Amino acid sequence: MKKLGRLQLATLGPLFGLILITSVLAIMSDNFFTLTNIFNLLRQVSVNALIAFGMTFVILTAGIDLSVGSILALGSALTAGLLTSGIDPILAVCIGLIIGLILGTVNGLIITKGRVAPFIATLATMTIYRGITLVYTDGRPITGLSDSFAFEMIGKGYVFGIPFPAIVMVIVFIVLYFILRQTVFGREVYAVGGNEEAATLSGIKADRVKIWVYSLTGMLSVLAGIIITSRLNSAQPTAGSMYELDAIAAVVIGGTSLAGGRGRIVGTLIGALIIGVIDNGLNLLNVPSFYQQIVKGGVILLAVLLDRKTS
Amino acid sequence: MTKATKIIEMTNIDKRFAGNHVLNSVCFQVVHGEIHALMGENGAGKSTLIKVLTGIHTRDQGVIKVRGKEVHFSDPKQAEKQGIVVIHQELNIIPYLTVTENMFLGKEITYKKTGILNKKEMKLHTERNLKRLGVSNISPDDIASDLSVGKQQLVEIARALAANADLLIMDEPTAALTEREIKNLFYVISTLKQQGVSIIYISHRMEEIFEICDQITVLRDGEFISTKATEQTSFEEIVKMMVGRELGERFPVRNGKLGEVIFEVNHLSRKGYFQDVSFDVKQGEILGVSGLMGAGRSEVMEVLFGFRKKNEGTIKLHGKQLVIKHPNDAVKAGIGFITEDRKAKGLVLQSSIRENIALPNLKTISKVGIIRKSQEIAFIDHLMNRLQVRMTGKEQEVKSLSGGNQQKVVIAKWLGIKPKLLILDEPTRGVDVGAKKEIYHIMNELTELGVAIIMVSSELPEVLGISDRIMVLHEGRTIGIFNRNDVDQEIIMTAATGGERA
Repeated sequence: MKKLGRLQLATLGPLFGLILITSVLAIMSDNFFTLTNIFNLLRQVSVNALIAFGMTFVILTAGIDLSVGSILALGSALTAGLLTSGIDPILAVCIGLIIGLILGTVNGLIITKGRVAPFIATLATMTIYRGITLVYTDGRPITGLSDSFAFEMIGKGYVFGIPFPAIVMVIVFIVLYFILRQTVFGREVYAVGGNEEAATLSGIKADRVKIWVYSLTGMLSVLAGIIITSRLNSAQPTAGSMYELDAIAAVVIGGTSLAGGRGRIVGTLIGALIIGVIDNGLNLLNVPSFYQQIVKGGVILLAVLLDRKTS
Repeated sequence: MTKATKIIEMTNIDKRFAGNHVLNSVCFQVVHGEIHALMGENGAGKSTLIKVLTGIHTRDQGVIKVRGKEVHFSDPKQAEKQGIVVIHQELNIIPYLTVTENMFLGKEITYKKTGILNKKEMKLHTERNLKRLGVSNISPDDIASDLSVGKQQLVEIARALAANADLLIMDEPTAALTEREIKNLFYVISTLKQQGVSIIYISHRMEEIFEICDQITVLRDGEFISTKATEQTSFEEIVKMMVGRELGERFPVRNGKLGEVIFEVNHLSRKGYFQDVSFDVKQGEILGVSGLMGAGRSEVMEVLFGFRKKNEGTIKLHGKQLVIKHPNDAVKAGIGFITEDRKAKGLVLQSSIRENIALPNLKTISKVGIIRKSQEIAFIDHLMNRLQVRMTGKEQEVKSLSGGNQQKVVIAKWLGIKPKLLILDEPTRGVDVGAKKEIYHIMNELTELGVAIIMVSSELPEVLGISDRIMVLHEGRTIGIFNRNDVDQEIIMTAATGGERA
């Protein structure tokens, strides 16, 4: 089947890379392939993966979102504020997610209605949202949030021995995978990124599609933020800074084209895992963190260069 | 004609693309100081011949001699060194640079090898070359984007001369020009001719060819038909050579009955583009829309479809007023739009045939936003059967299809919505003769089903061959709406150029 061939080629590269890196680390470190470490790794990966899933949608429409880290911080801080005021933790989380949705929608509106390039628009809101976070928190962490079981569960909990954040990641992945592949909205995302004019002239409301992808990304960023907040039982005003880079890296390693219209969310999952495995493995091997950055950057470059070659 | 005066001589040129015989032992020669028209329908092989001449394509067989010496160019740069320069329809002018900077792009004059520009020298050369063209209203310091298209074209011609070109190849040079600019260009061309420059002139406009060309070579379906001296031939003979058969066969017999008026446009205006355009279309009718480039034809269609905003006017479908603010509204109302530029506006090139056809039909093949795979496949198979697209399968990327097949994919995507009104903007541009005929056939079939059609076209034979009525636009205004039987090419052309009705 031709279709299967195309499908495999696109994801096989990154998957092969992941297996390779994992194997090398498994050989070099005895602690790598233990259940504890794998679960630990998945929990770490989940935060970046959730943001990167949203980023995949954005990049598929030929956009970019630099404000994810700031949205994460602002959403977390506001959620933390609600928690300290004593409202129901589940309700607080839901409100937090809606805040993320709104912050993302603002990005989308600036980009579509204001006709500002996504890079510039989200560069501005990245700074603005971070500023609001600092004002709101007065630059200090918000602590002593909640001892409710439900809230602690989000970041620290386990279900059947599997870390809860990893489960959240997998569920979100499945839902988004389905949306991209099987729904009208998914088709519209690809079409808008592939050729916005042609999509519009086919009756697709390109602006609406674009606003939605930023809304989705905003919400997922706050979801990632809530996982961190729950785990630390505090919200840091500086949380999430530079997270946009890891998220974009995961998308790009996963083979999604920055020009839009082409890419797959499975690739992003693998990309996020690759970044996670490198971080985790280098730690286990006691590589100093300064060197870790060099290695990580090298891997991103290598992934993209290899992708160029094969496609 | 002695051998010494031949600037180029192409003999028995053969070229195949993937088994398609696009040039079949074509012979073509140009003599010093002559203006030689290269004619033929779309897909006849004109542009391939030029590409073979300038080294963009390599020939499979045949001999090309430049000034008597055989050459094997592998890219246009080498052809330029031999004095052969192509002036493309899309000009190679960088808008934010000055005339001088454009003239010397890539071959700047510097002080020795320092890399520092010798601006004085370049300006002098620019002035000299513009003077050579007899052009006085362009200054070397003008910014290119401030110049009209006609003037930009002259800059490009001057640039070619600065590179010592003595054979210019002009591809549809008048397509984007106003009447006055065309006159100006012809003046420049005759000046060049006196200076011994030869010109290969590619155009569909018969009048122009007969006005300025010395020789006419006709190609058809990749074959060399004949070369004639202009004064020894006629319009009719050239057309016959181009088409190879009587006009009647090209178009299907229109048997459909016209129904009631289904679509009405009243006093439609868009500032700066067109004013006060009114017309109607009946069920089963084809309304041809004719006019020169820049007359506002495409803009009217884009406004009707909600892609651009109108300033004034009403649009009625079935007597009910339509509010169309976005193409989405138009699609919902049952209007389909086959755009002029199918690559930029009609298709998502990197997507498959299936995905492209599905685009305006996502509602039909989905339930609560979820696409029904089996329904989608059945839907697309049905349309593909109707149109007979030559493809490896519906997952093929549309990028890799030929122009005619790409156009059929665009048509298929709009047949899917079961349109009441279908707008086609230059539906057969870049489409070969066979696919053209199929497209006319589909249009005819649709009218028999009661679909109303608006067809914008620059090809007069096409407009006359298939329309029931013809609306002519000139500089954003309706000149008239004519019954097909009351007009001929000349009347339409006169109207399109703003002249009085004959």
